[in-house]
Amino acid sequence: MSSRERILGRVRRALADVPQDDTPYAQAVCRDYLRQHGDHGAEETVDLLAENLVDYRAVVHRCAAGELPGLIAHLLGERGSQSVLVPPGLDESWLADTDVKRVADLPDSTPHELDRIDSVITGCALAVAETGTLVLDGSPDQGRRRISLIPDHHICVVRVPEQVVSSIPQALERLAPGRPLTWISGPSATSDIELDRVEGVHGPRTLEVVLVSG
Amino acid sequence: MSATYLGMPGFPPPSHPAFPSFPQAAREAVRDETLRGNLRHATHTIRAKRAGAVAELADWAALREAGKQIKDHTLRHLDRYLEQVEEAVTAAGGTVHWAVDAQEANRIVAGLVRATGETEVVKVKSMATQEIGLNEALEAEGIRAYETDLAELIVQLGKDRPSHILVPAIHRNRGEIRDIFRSQMSAWGRPAPEGLTDAPAELAEAARLHLREKFLRARVGVSGANFVVAETGTLVVVESEGNGRMCLTLPETLISVVGIEKVVPTWRDLEVFLQTLPRSSTAERMNPYTSMWTGTADEDGPSTFHLVLLDNGRTDTLADEVGRQALRCIRCSACLNVCPVYERVGGHAYGSVYPGPIGAILSPQLRGTASEIDASLPYASSLCGACYEVCPVAIDIPEVLVHLRERVVQGGPVTRGGNRVVLQPAKGHAAERAAMRVARWALTHPGVLRGGQRLASRTRRFHPRSLPGPGRAWTGTRDLPAVPAEPFRDWWQRTHGDGEGSE
Ligand code: SF4
Repeated sequence: MSSRERILGRVRRALADVPQDDTPYAQAVCRDYLRQHGDHGAEETVDLLAENLVDYRAVVHRCAAGELPGLIAHLLGERGSQSVLVPPGLDESWLADTDVKRVADLPDSTPHELDRIDSVITGCALAVAETGTLVLDGSPDQGRRRISLIPDHHICVVRVPEQVVSSIPQALERLAPGRPLTWISGPSATSDIELDRVEGVHGPRTLEVVLVSG
Repeated sequence: MSATYLGMPGFPPPSHPAFPSFPQAAREAVRDETLRGNLRHATHTIRAKRAGAVAELADWAALREAGKQIKDHTLRHLDRYLEQVEEAVTAAGGTVHWAVDAQEANRIVAGLVRATGETEVVKVKSMATQEIGLNEALEAEGIRAYETDLAELIVQLGKDRPSHILVPAIHRNRGEIRDIFRSQMSAWGRPAPEGLTDAPAELAEAARLHLREKFLRARVGVSGANFVVAETGTLVVVESEGNGRMCLTLPETLISVVGIEKVVPTWRDLEVFLQTLPRSSTAERMNPYTSMWTGTADEDGPSTFHLVLLDNGRTDTLADEVGRQALRCIRCSACLNVCPVYERVGGHAYGSVYPGPIGAILSPQLRGTASEIDASLPYASSLCGACYEVCPVAIDIPEVLVHLRERVVQGGPVTRGGNRVVLQPAKGHAAERAAMRVARWALTHPGVLRGGQRLASRTRRFHPRSLPGPGRAWTGTRDLPAVPAEPFRDWWQRTHGDGEGSE
């Protein structure tokens, strides 16, 4: 007998006492929890996102679409970045005002090569206001998972209000499970030393979020 | 005992002579002032924070009930959902393996690593791989496993054992961590920076530098998973530091070892657990990083993915009508942080990778109650009920403890290795004596009992008498327990009233 058969057989025998129950799953679980917490307008939701991002030590900037290239140039300059990793489908105009060296994530670039790059700029799939979370799904403006991981400085651009949802239930509804997803809430952190949160371990230690409107 | 363990020491088997029984380990721990201070500080810090994070959600009770129902439903139909997982993961480009026990799981993983030609792997913290002693098994095959979670790194470098589910090095304070880094890092790779102090930020930086080279060159990653979604074949890993992301995305081959109880039926179910897990464990609205992947993705992340589904006592646990609820556990560790016994004795006394209240009900079920330590674990509690109160999937730990005590003392039918066997009563055996020593230990530590009794009266109100709605079928006609079924003192008086009260 294969281990598969053995385990499935054990499961079935273990459940011998359980009465047959063919309730469809949609009705099997009582979901009377909230779809979102509080009823916020679009603007308040964006404010809540900003507040929660800051609470977990992300640096938040807000600007209008026309100001984005200038702001990005400023952020890279302020950081002293010499190079920036750019996902394949990033809007070219975002980098119009900076002459920092652009680096593409090529199929054969090694992690060691990416480790020498100072910053990375990505878009996102959506952001969750209640938890201050950004979700990346590997779309062309975000690139592979590794690019938002290895450089120490991540600038993430969120289009507000359209990319912002209030809650986790709403976020899951909008995401495609088949894609590789990364949920990011603040910069890398640890609670491993005396259960106190310390920012900055392996992921980018500086997370800057640009909320761009219009 | 570290002399008998090379590399990363896991937990020796419960029958191991080096393994102290609960009361012995507890006595030692209670005498260790540093340990107690570290534990008290850490658990009290997180307790207050958790309460705040939970209070933010007005619908916490409904989320908790939904989490419980989702898990119960899944367990009730586990065969079906496991087959669905296999189908979905395979369709997404992954390969599924089934492991009846620890030996088989270790053999599968070692074989998969060997097939890549590599001799080292990077690991994301995973309870399942600790449970099966994977690191030691790989070591025996000439494969080095690097732990990459900061706390696991501290444990590995310190040749120590984990003592907490979420924060395995909770028994260490910052000064001890600095000393371990200074003296041990060079033997494993990049040495600690010159002049390293005990500032947490510096310690984190030292870990970053030490592990960076390992991540960048790693070809094989090993992980567990917090959830596996049956309908989509998606695995979810919740973490803080980014070491998980490194291990899950940079290597070419990823091997995930996952207990069969980690399955949830649908994508939507994550909306419950992604709200309850972070708040219950690190007391955050959301943990810094959560990774979700489905099989392999074109050019993003590992090109080869293996999922090892692990039984190792879980189906035996499932066969126990009262005890099976332990399989709902999402390993948040909230029950450890509120437990008056855990706070005093620390995680090592529980003799397994699962310490605290959840360990006291899980280990004796996964491993059986034949050994002294496993027979005594159900007594390592004052039945105060604080663990039940904070549990995000409402596991009635006191109920299971009482049930397991009865089993130890009275014997009866149990399932071991998939077979129904009749357990002999432990009366008069070493196991019973060990159990009674624990009971006596708890009784003679007034702090444990006082904390417990105070909480018990508070928690009783929260006990539903029976499950509403569809959950009914699960519990049948039996009422949910009035918990504690019997206060600890009463139980003690009734069963051991005469002449056994002191040693
Ligand atoms: S038993 Fe409940 S509280 Fe304890 S670790 Fe498991 S889920 Fe968390």
